[in-house]
Amino acid sequence: MTAALAKIGAKPWIWSFVGALVVWLAAIAFTRGYGASGMVTAALSLAVFSVIVGVGQMFVITLGPGNVDLSLPANIGLASAVAMKVMDGSDSMVAVGILAAVASGLAIGICNYLLIWALRIPPIIATLSMSFIIQSVDISYGRGLQIKPPPEFADFITLQIFGVPILAIATALLTIVAAIVLHRTIYGRSVLAIGQNIRAAWLAGIPVGRIRFATYALCAALGGLNGALLAGYFRGASVDIGNEYLLTSIAVVVIGGTSVAGGKANVPGLWGAALFLVLLLTMLNTFGVSAGVRLVTTGLIIIAVITIAGGEKVQK
Amino acid sequence: MTSISLTRTSAPSAFAALRSRQALRTALPALSLALILIAIAWFNPRAISYFGFNLMLNLAIPIALATIAQMFVITVNDLDLSIGTFVGFVGCVTATWLRDAPALGITVLLGSVAVYAVLGALIHIRNLPSIVVTLGMGFVWQGLAILLLPKPGGKAPDWLLSFMQLKPPLIPFPIIAAVAIGLIVHFGLMRTSFGAILRGAGGNPLAIRRAGWSLLKTKIVMFTLAGIFGVLSGMALIGITTSADANIGNGYTLLSIAGVILGGGEFVGGRVSPLGAVIGALTLALAANSLLSFMHIPPDWQVGANGAILIIVLAARVVLGRRESRQ
Repeated sequence: MTAALAKIGAKPWIWSFVGALVVWLAAIAFTRGYGASGMVTAALSLAVFSVIVGVGQMFVITLGPGNVDLSLPANIGLASAVAMKVMDGSDSMVAVGILAAVASGLAIGICNYLLIWALRIPPIIATLSMSFIIQSVDISYGRGLQIKPPPEFADFITLQIFGVPILAIATALLTIVAAIVLHRTIYGRSVLAIGQNIRAAWLAGIPVGRIRFATYALCAALGGLNGALLAGYFRGASVDIGNEYLLTSIAVVVIGGTSVAGGKANVPGLWGAALFLVLLLTMLNTFGVSAGVRLVTTGLIIIAVITIAGGEKVQK
Repeated sequence: MTSISLTRTSAPSAFAALRSRQALRTALPALSLALILIAIAWFNPRAISYFGFNLMLNLAIPIALATIAQMFVITVNDLDLSIGTFVGFVGCVTATWLRDAPALGITVLLGSVAVYAVLGALIHIRNLPSIVVTLGMGFVWQGLAILLLPKPGGKAPDWLLSFMQLKPPLIPFPIIAAVAIGLIVHFGLMRTSFGAILRGAGGNPLAIRRAGWSLLKTKIVMFTLAGIFGVLSGMALIGITTSADANIGNGYTLLSIAGVILGGGEFVGGRVSPLGAVIGALTLALAANSLLSFMHIPPDWQVGANGAILIIVLAARVVLGRRESRQ
């Protein structure tokens, strides 16, 4: 028993799944079992978006303290507009539209790293300044944009097999690839090494600049992809479609057991944390509480989870 | 942290280099502020007057106070993502209870400072990532603000209104306030021995602990100070805007972080500059509110221009030779 507990304690991401399970049980206890599987389906289809940006943010945060991409919300907003404009409601342009959105994200990621590199400023400030500029570009580019996504694209995003959204399966594959990249490729190991000790990594001959560049580009490209998918899910683009993903992307990474100090990433935890956050909202909505109470409860539960799961062990 | 530069300084000149670096860290923010002021004078010479400064810098006081609050947290290598919604919550309390039931209002505000102290203790004892804890607190403060004031409204207490509208002779009130805030915090944090301990807790925690100081205590002190300045920021804000709104402070989180960095502070290592932080906040306030409207930037591009100014100011720092060796 204690051995099992110790094993769980060694895997902090398990707590996020435990949390998700607890809030789901609380919600179905309230509805007396009604809509239990529907809740899981809905949670899966919403959690997907947090997981996609979470993967990108996880790679960035793993680079070490101060590394975080604050331009994701603006990036997602712009990409959603780009995707809708390029697709222009036509089924034949879906792939091109998604590629355009990813390219828009990629371009933002490149600009982000150029700023970090050229101005030698903390990434938080670089990506923050960048996000202001992207917002303006989006406001001016996406003004009055009311293009619906192509029907096939919208259908694909909500398509389910036995209650499991296709998109969730695709994203699960994406996270498996991300885990392999992180733990089994030179690139992934380099990211971890930089996060553990950037100077040691540099002295060991790791191309620190190139790896960081690739990581910011990867994160922003995933943000672009997320923008296109969100526009399909919510049936249209909007400037503030990505707003909630600033906090969510950071929250899923950290609640999922990735170290904010860098050098230690956790891929499965992303799913647990994303499901936990979505189910938490579902539960509070089921209880029918007001917006204020919902916010307070969400905040307190996030703090409670992180307190129980605990931080890293203090070096003695 | 962001790049690797291996500068080698010989031992005797190391101390002098440290001194000049510190001087540079304070001088650069001042230069960027001067840059913005020159630009404003260029576009609208009449703004450079007693009345003009009063208008332009009014909102800079709460921003400066929030930036100082953020700076305390950054000093001990943490980050407060809740300061914006906290300022909003304090604003709502100020515009309702502090006016209608002062005793209750004061108790709630003191209680919220105590919450900050508890957060500091919690973060230290459980070794939690401050980003997540304050992220959660951000939701809590915003939720409480919405519960307290579901619709924009309320009114600031009269004494606060008249205090924020003081018109001292010769020098505009916001400038006096900014200088006072900067100097008080500067002397407390940079010139006293306890201030050195507090900064040391961020710079080299192990050394501070080995020297017999309690890291728990330093963290609690810093978070309490952050809470106090957050409360002051919220009250100052409501003294200017006269009424409150649950979302009134939301932008302050990012503004305060940008202000600290613009002011020459760094995210890790206890390297901060209170004077720089205040100047950084003034720069941001002037750039965001005044310069853009004088330049007749179309509304679509206002936010973007803000970002561009931030980048230009930071680029100016690089051009002016920012060669600090890091890590």
